[in-house]
Amino acid sequence: MLETAVAAALFVGVLAYSLFGGADFGSGFYDLTAGGSRRGAELRTLVDHSIGPVWEANHVWLVYVLVTWWTAFPESFASAMSTLILPLLLALLGIVLRGASFAFRKYAASLAQARLFGAVFATSSVVTPFFFGTVAGAIASGRVPAEGRGDLWTSWLNPTSAFGGVIAVGTCAFLAGCFLTADAARGGQERLAGQLRRRTIGVGLVTGGIVLAALVPLELDAPTLADGLETQAAPLVVASAVAGVATLVLLWRRWFGLARLTAVAAVAAVVSGWGVGQYPWLLVDEVTIADAAGAEATLQALLVAVGIAAVVVLPALAYLYRLTQTEAWSRSEH
Amino acid sequence: MALSLGWHIVLACFGVAFPAIIFTMHLIGLRRGSEHALTLAQRWAKVSAVLFAIGAVSGTVLSFEMGLLWPGLMGTFGDVLGLPFAFEGLAFFLEAIFLGIYLYGWGRMPPKQHLLMVVPMAITGVVGTYCVIAVNAWMNVPTGFRVVDGEVTDIEPWAVLFNPAAFWQFLHMWLAAYMVAGFAIAAVYAVGMLRGRRDARHRLGFTVAMAFASVSAVIQPFVGHLLGGRLAEWQPAKLAAFELATETESPSPLRLGGVLIDGEVRYALDIPYLGSLIARNSFTEPVIGLDEFPADTHPPVNITHLSFQVMVAIGTLLALVAVVYWVMRWRGRELTDHRWFLRFMATGGVLSIVAMEAGWIATEVGRQPWIVQDVMRTPEAAGDNPGLWWLLGATSVVYTAMTIGAVVVLRSMARRWRAGEADLPSPYAPDPAGSEDTGTTSMGTVR
Ligand code: HDD
Ligand code: HEM
Ligand code: HEM
Repeated sequence: MLETAVAAALFVGVLAYSLFGGADFGSGFYDLTAGGSRRGAELRTLVDHSIGPVWEANHVWLVYVLVTWWTAFPESFASAMSTLILPLLLALLGIVLRGASFAFRKYAASLAQARLFGAVFATSSVVTPFFFGTVAGAIASGRVPAEGRGDLWTSWLNPTSAFGGVIAVGTCAFLAGCFLTADAARGGQERLAGQLRRRTIGVGLVTGGIVLAALVPLELDAPTLADGLETQAAPLVVASAVAGVATLVLLWRRWFGLARLTAVAAVAAVVSGWGVGQYPWLLVDEVTIADAAGAEATLQALLVAVGIAAVVVLPALAYLYRLTQTEAWSRSEH
Repeated sequence: MALSLGWHIVLACFGVAFPAIIFTMHLIGLRRGSEHALTLAQRWAKVSAVLFAIGAVSGTVLSFEMGLLWPGLMGTFGDVLGLPFAFEGLAFFLEAIFLGIYLYGWGRMPPKQHLLMVVPMAITGVVGTYCVIAVNAWMNVPTGFRVVDGEVTDIEPWAVLFNPAAFWQFLHMWLAAYMVAGFAIAAVYAVGMLRGRRDARHRLGFTVAMAFASVSAVIQPFVGHLLGGRLAEWQPAKLAAFELATETESPSPLRLGGVLIDGEVRYALDIPYLGSLIARNSFTEPVIGLDEFPADTHPPVNITHLSFQVMVAIGTLLALVAVVYWVMRWRGRELTDHRWFLRFMATGGVLSIVAMEAGWIATEVGRQPWIVQDVMRTPEAAGDNPGLWWLLGATSVVYTAMTIGAVVVLRSMARRWRAGEADLPSPYAPDPAGSEDTGTTSMGTVR
């Protein structure tokens, strides 16, 4: 019971990171494909302004996940880290390059500098979710052993991981597209909003297609997860499909504000589908949540910390998000 | 690990101390209606945006590395020392949130409310520091668990969070952060004054930073002394290495400089009695010599000793300089009118960073061969990753690139500020006066 509560708290972190962090990462996709410096300037400025105030806060969800994991389930953390060292290092590299170059670009002195930092920012934003996706795939397909180290390469170079990676990239871009489109529309940048709308619909169609296509290889490559998806997580799978389609329709009809919500719901359903689908395994086919748990006193203390976080951090976070949506904050910088 | 920590910690110092310094400047600006102070506060906030961003990513690197490089430590003790890390994460969360609000709040919030947004940042910086340091202190003084038949049991996470060494170590680190940030900022303005920019803004920037640096510099030696006082009881071998005490002498001398070559102390200056006096608060109690510990538990003596002394030497020097500066100022002599003083202050930032790094090297290397004192040896904690050298190489390249990027960007910001630009728009397009829209430029206006 205690373990499950902590695992749930951990998973909330994973979910929040996929949604908020994901939307930040995804904006890199549009930045990357915005075109030459003249054509892309407007979009890049929008990206800057949209994620500038929030990306650091969104990023802390990752820290939260790591810390909760190693505190609550230390052995499984150690084995996952040593098995998946390569994709994790690559993701880490992406995070470092992206955060630093984003900050540098904002204050770059010349176009050449801004271009260099921008290219690094955008590229690393696109590839980082891919590696996180492969990590999820590795765990979900039972390739991380309970103790010690699994295979350094095949653990994350396999069908489930590949799909996990691509889906992660796609969902991030889809989320970001919905947010950016809404931001552009709210700021009165009609042309930009129209352009983003088209691209987001395209990304949504492709990603949706891949998610559906993934169900087949999953059946073979990750039977435990596939089984969970067909039984306990089936409602979530349906929900994600419905919300995804609804988002596309809303985008089409230019109801950008609402489309943000359904997009979040769709992605949240995909991610929770994975979590619920593999319950009660922590590392699929290897160790359950109950068996992986660390000391009881620590779990209790951790829940206290999570409780404090809920009381202290969430209101502050809500305040930040609300501020960024107000009229005063939509004004230009000075 | 040491590389990324050594790098992270410099930025962390700014994360801890910069908010309070900015707050003070911003407050001066609002209280006295001083344009200079407000301009400085806003510029510092922009600088801190860059520093915090790379500080945050380097911190993320650390939390990965804890697992990647030390699976033995985290697998065995993850649930012992997780709680401090959890609270640390909480503090960072709040810090990042209010940072976002403050940085983007300029001109978008009522001034008083805007100023208040710095306060949570200053507080969370303190909490965060305490929590990380609590982990490090726990490695020095492990408590809150028992080892029965090789299994870790009876874990008391709260005992780890409030372990006996944590408080003083935290205080020491916290002051160090204020010294690093304060002296580094003061150094920037000292250089400016050396180049002839002696306007009111430069003097104000220097004075506020110097005030923070001075207060912490003067307190630091006392805290350091109290911290060292604990060692005789908890980590005597580390103390012996700090003091280069090869054998127990009663009373012990204070040994300045010196290296151990083939078991002999060379090139040292011994001051009788002072060793006992400083380390043990007594004229007779000895510093236990290294010869009383099994040879396989000796830390690398020379590194430990020399880095300890470098830290103490710099700490003493900076404290003296701070006292002299304010005493002279109080007597009506402004030392910043003298080039030699400015030259010295220009090096103050680097000196305090060196002192801080030396302090870390001293405590870390002095604890060897233990990663958790008397409980776990370092090789047991380390992973057996094959390509570690590659990793180290790649890390060095990335960190070097990031350092260069930061320096280039910060210098260009300063240059444009001097040239009178206030806004620093990012040049996303070759021609700022965007051709498609009439009136608004595509990058001058954000929306
Ligand atoms: C919270 C933890 C923490 C912090 C803040 C630091 N370290 Fe550390 N360091 C460790 C945690 C650690 C460690 C993981 O615990 C190690 C590994 C072996 C050991 O005893 O401690 C270590 C070892 C270690 C070693 C010995 C390596 C060896 O034995 O081969 C050196 C030279 C440093 N560190 C240097 C530093 C520097 C320059 C730091 C700061 C700026 C620093 N450490 C801060
Ligand atoms: C093993 C040791 C450490 C780990 C694992 C660690 C981890 C982290 C992480 C994950 C972050 C990023 C949080 C974010 O995204 O905003 C961070 C930032 C920070 N760390 Fe550390 N840290 C360590 C050592 C330290 C030390 C010794 C200090 C104290 C002086 C410190 C002070 C800070 C501060 C103040 C920040 C916020 C930085 C900023 O925004 O500039 N950290 N750290
Ligand atoms: C005269 C002055 C100083 C004395 C007597 C002193 C004493 C000490 C002692 C005894 C330790 C080891 C603690 C342990 O291993 O448990 C230590 C650690 C350390 N010192 Fe100092 N110190 C002084 C000045 C400074 C200065 C000026 C700085 C930095 C600006 C600094 C930064 C550190 C750091 C970062 C550590 C390691 C972290 C910690 O243990 O908190 N010290 N110092």
